[in-house]
Amino acid sequence: MMPFWAEKIGVPRTLAVEFPFGHTLGQPHNMDQQMRVIRQALEVLETADEAGIIVHSSETWPEPEKEAKENWQPKEPSPIIDIMAPQVIKVIRQRRE
Amino acid sequence: MPVDSFKYLPRIIAAYYKLSKRQPELPIPWTPLSEHVSGCKFGLITSGGLFHEGVEMPFDLEREKREPTWGDPSYRIIPTDIRQDEVGASHLHINTQDVLSDVNILLPVHRFRELAAEGIIGGLAENAYSFMGYQGFPSDTRPWQEIYGPQVAEKMKAEDVRCILLTPA
Repeated sequence: MMPFWAEKIGVPRTLAVEFPFGHTLGQPHNMDQQMRVIRQALEVLETADEAGIIVHSSETWPEPEKEAKENWQPKEPSPIIDIMAPQVIKVIRQRRE
Repeated sequence: MPVDSFKYLPRIIAAYYKLSKRQPELPIPWTPLSEHVSGCKFGLITSGGLFHEGVEMPFDLEREKREPTWGDPSYRIIPTDIRQDEVGASHLHINTQDVLSDVNILLPVHRFRELAAEGIIGGLAENAYSFMGYQGFPSDTRPWQEIYGPQVAEKMKAEDVRCILLTPA
C-alpha cells in the first residue's frame, strides 16, 4: 500500500510495498514473491504495538521502472482524466501565483 | 529505503494526490491481536474491482463512463475456493490483465489457503470481498463507511473472522 495514503487515512497497521498499482502482492504466478509479502504483512500484524504503524518492505519490483509504470495502467485512460487534469493544473498554477 | 508512494504514478495523478489536505480521524482504530495468527481465522478484502464471473455482475463501469465523477460503491463476494477462470475484473483505472491471470496478486485466496493448510494461520473465511477503488472525483467514501463497509463487516463477523488483510489496488 502507498504509505502516503496510509498516513492520511489513519490505517491501523500497514506494510508499504513499492510495487506497481494493481500488483499489491507481486507478479502473477510468482508465488515465492507473493508469499514473502504476505509473511511480512503477518509479521507486521504480530509485532505492531501502536496504531498507525507503517513498515516499509524491502521487496523490489523486478522489472524496469518505465516498463512497470506503463504496464499497470489501463490501455485507455480512465474517463475522469479528461475532467480532472485541467482542474488539477489550474489549482497548481493558482498555488504558484 | 522508504517506499516511494509516487514511483509508478503518472504526474497528473501524483499532483492531484499531493493536493490532498486529508488528515486521519483520531484516534486511529486499534484492536490488539489477542492470539498468535496460527489461531486466527482470516478474511480478505481488496479494492481491485474483482467479481465472481457468471455469478455476480461486474461493477457498474457503464455508469462511470457516462458519469466520470461517479464510482460504483457496492461490493462483490468472492468465494475463497474460486478457480482462476471464474475471476472477473471490472476497473477502469488499472490494467486488469495480470489479475485475470493470477488473482493472488490482489486477493491472495490461494496463498492463504496454503498458509491455512500449513497451520501458519488458523483458517480462511469461505468468502472474501471486493470493492472497486475509484469512488468518484472528488472521492466520496460515505457509502462505503455508512452502508457497504458495515454490511461486509457483519458478514465477516458471522464467519468468525478475526484478522483481515486489506489489499488496495
